[in-house]
Amino acid sequence: MAKRRFNALPGFDLTMGFTLFYLSAIVLIPIAGLFLRALEISWQDFWRLATTERALAAYKLTFGASLVAALANAAFGTILAWVLVRYEFIGKRFIDALVDFPFALPTAVAGLTLANLFADNGWLGRWLVPLGIRGAFTPLGVVIALTFVGMPFAVRTLQPVLEHLERDVEEAAATLGASRIRTFFSIIAPTLLPAVTTGFALAFARAVGEYGSIVFISGNIRYKTEIAPQLIVEQLEEYNYAGAVALAVVLMVSSFAMLYVINWLENWSSRYQK
Amino acid sequence: MAAAPSTDTEALRRSASRIQSQRGTEEPPLIKWTLIALALVFSAVFLLLPLVNVFAQAFSKGLLVYWNSLTEPDSWSAIRLTLTVAAISVPLNVLFGVAAAWAIAKFEFRGKSLLTTLIDLPFSVSPVVAGLMFVLLFGLQGYFGQWLDAHDLKIIFAIPGIVLATVFVTFPFVARELIPVMQATGSEQEQAALTLGASAWQTFWHVTLPSVKWGLIYGIILCNARAMGEFGAVSVVSGHITGQTDTMPLRVEKLYNDYQGAAAFGVASLLALLALLTLGIKTLLEWRQARAYELAQRAVEELS
Repeated sequence: MAKRRFNALPGFDLTMGFTLFYLSAIVLIPIAGLFLRALEISWQDFWRLATTERALAAYKLTFGASLVAALANAAFGTILAWVLVRYEFIGKRFIDALVDFPFALPTAVAGLTLANLFADNGWLGRWLVPLGIRGAFTPLGVVIALTFVGMPFAVRTLQPVLEHLERDVEEAAATLGASRIRTFFSIIAPTLLPAVTTGFALAFARAVGEYGSIVFISGNIRYKTEIAPQLIVEQLEEYNYAGAVALAVVLMVSSFAMLYVINWLENWSSRYQK
Repeated sequence: MAAAPSTDTEALRRSASRIQSQRGTEEPPLIKWTLIALALVFSAVFLLLPLVNVFAQAFSKGLLVYWNSLTEPDSWSAIRLTLTVAAISVPLNVLFGVAAAWAIAKFEFRGKSLLTTLIDLPFSVSPVVAGLMFVLLFGLQGYFGQWLDAHDLKIIFAIPGIVLATVFVTFPFVARELIPVMQATGSEQEQAALTLGASAWQTFWHVTLPSVKWGLIYGIILCNARAMGEFGAVSVVSGHITGQTDTMPLRVEKLYNDYQGAAAFGVASLLALLALLTLGIKTLLEWRQARAYELAQRAVEELS
């Protein structure tokens, strides 16, 4: 398989063999097992199980809240990345390092602390709840948790692109008499668009599968704040394996579709940078 | 400004003209400070407050309650289980990461990009679905369930299942960090070592490993943070047996559901500390890398 004519390095067979064995044992066989299980269910049953009223409500919340959270990240993440790259202010380095915090923090801890912050007597809830903004046990809480877990993806995708943005082009635009707003919309925004879209897609993909942080803040109320992964857990606890498998296949197929879109987007943005 | 040396008027003029030329490419102060304010509010609500709140709530009932929440037998057993699971799954993924990176970075073969995509696959599988896959294989209703039961082996609702689920969700971390680093270093140095008579193992240990060690450390700390903090996948396979199959994140959930807020935050504070430590090492490694890059750039400038 390998073209080893000009390569004197040893160990290809050993490392490749181990890689394929380990990949199959840990990843491929379990995934195949799930799809095999799904094939045992008849098509009508599968459709019925995957589209129960409760499941439809869960998909709507999962994909809807992920969309809103990814949009919030695209907007605020872009502002944050812009500010971190372009401006100087006190505490900038600290915030820059902290951007990865949601990535490093276990999701259960994230859910726990966010639920507490937005509860009626929490640091934020005590100001927001009198205004009618309830973060705990509502769909809004799901959006808040998903915004938290998706944020590093939006910021970190955009930051390197902003850093490599050529200032000369902006200077040229300014010399030619373009206003700053015109420069932004005609020069800067088109260059950033692919990276912002990629960040949005990554945050969205991350949000769709998220479970840990949600169970704490959503309260898991049927038809209202129950997300699709939570519904899978419920089905398993009731020993309804077919129901759990049907939902899992729907989630898995949609995340593979997103993976495909993300790969395409990444190619698009790397082409743009050249 | 003290930055420009007063004797070097050329440098002074150059820096003055740079300030001049930037004026056309900067936002008006009002917009600039509005953006900074927005960014600060966003990061305060979504980064700083959640972090500070963990420790504030953990210590809200005093030091003694905090200490008791950690040393109480069930929480203590959760801490031990989390450390055990990480101690098994992280080395497994390091071994895999090194092997995969060696094969992918140092050799050319067909299907390489497919293999790289497959390695990243676990990142796009929801943790709950990951847990479910192992239940379908090894649970009592699963493909191997009857056989395991007949031989009195327990994987699901026991430690092996927790390890498997953890290995799955942390699968890509080390390989993903190592592959680009190993690709960048090329294979000339290894070939030189082999020509000089070093054995394969010596070459790997003395030539390859030192050149990729920072990338490896980076991958290990990220892998470890996720291994200790995984919730969804582990929650599905663990069975939630208090004192036996509860990891730290699962213990946090149980305490929270039992209305023991301070104790839940006590255990959570250890996980937050782990996250901060991970972040600290990561930032240090990045600064180190940026500095090495800067020094190399300066050396190139001085040469030319």
